[in-house]
Amino acid sequence: MTKKQVLVACGAGIATSTVVNGAIEEMVKENNLDVDLVQIKIAEVGGYVDTADLLVTTAMTQKDYPFPVINARTFLTGIGTEETKKEILQELKK
Amino acid sequence: MSNIYFNESVILLNLEAASKEEVLKIMGDNLLSYNLVKESFIPAIIAREEEYATGLPTAGVAVAIPHTDVDHVQRKAISVGVLKDAVEFGVMGDDKETIPVRIVFLLAMDESHSQLSLLQQLMGVFQTEEALMSILNEKNKTNIRSLLEEKLDFGVLEGEK
Repeated sequence: MTKKQVLVACGAGIATSTVVNGAIEEMVKENNLDVDLVQIKIAEVGGYVDTADLLVTTAMTQKDYPFPVINARTFLTGIGTEETKKEILQELKK
Repeated sequence: MSNIYFNESVILLNLEAASKEEVLKIMGDNLLSYNLVKESFIPAIIAREEEYATGLPTAGVAVAIPHTDVDHVQRKAISVGVLKDAVEFGVMGDDKETIPVRIVFLLAMDESHSQLSLLQQLMGVFQTEEALMSILNEKNKTNIRSLLEEKLDFGVLEGEK
């Protein structure tokens, strides 16, 4: 399986994406996956359209990207986290 | 771990404001008065909140975690504002929905990617309805400080009292 590039983005690239990044890192380890995690500001996503396989973000985005976008707010509120994790895993295992 | 400024002086109770902009102005001005942020922090945090909302539909009571780029920060700090009446904030990751927020955790972060454990602990607080309700109903700043110090690893605190 080729290594997937996963973008983790929030508005500033310092707070919420840090938490989401940590959660995904843990998830990746638990599932023995090999993933290239890139933590960025949402404004920087444009630079990765050719390489990324998935965008996980707490910031809203109205742009269309050639890869799936998963909202990661549940990692912060704790409500619905398991569903979001499943969604991410499904994409990573594709 | 470098220290984070957190004590009673950045805990604001019974905060009266008509809008999220007013909440951010009051809390930002307070940080400015302790030289924790630069003047540019206030317009920056208001603009950021407009562009990327930070309201979170947490259990029991909704919170917001406004924050902005590191350039506007002098020193790492977390400020807590408990609002007298709920103020509508945009919901994070949503371009239309708003949510009535009663507790605001204003984050002044001075470097990227360095505060994972603190942020995770903070999100842990958000996921504990009991902790949020205690903060909401507490009248004593020192009790809020103790509650959060117990739950968050601030490292060595400086600039106290």
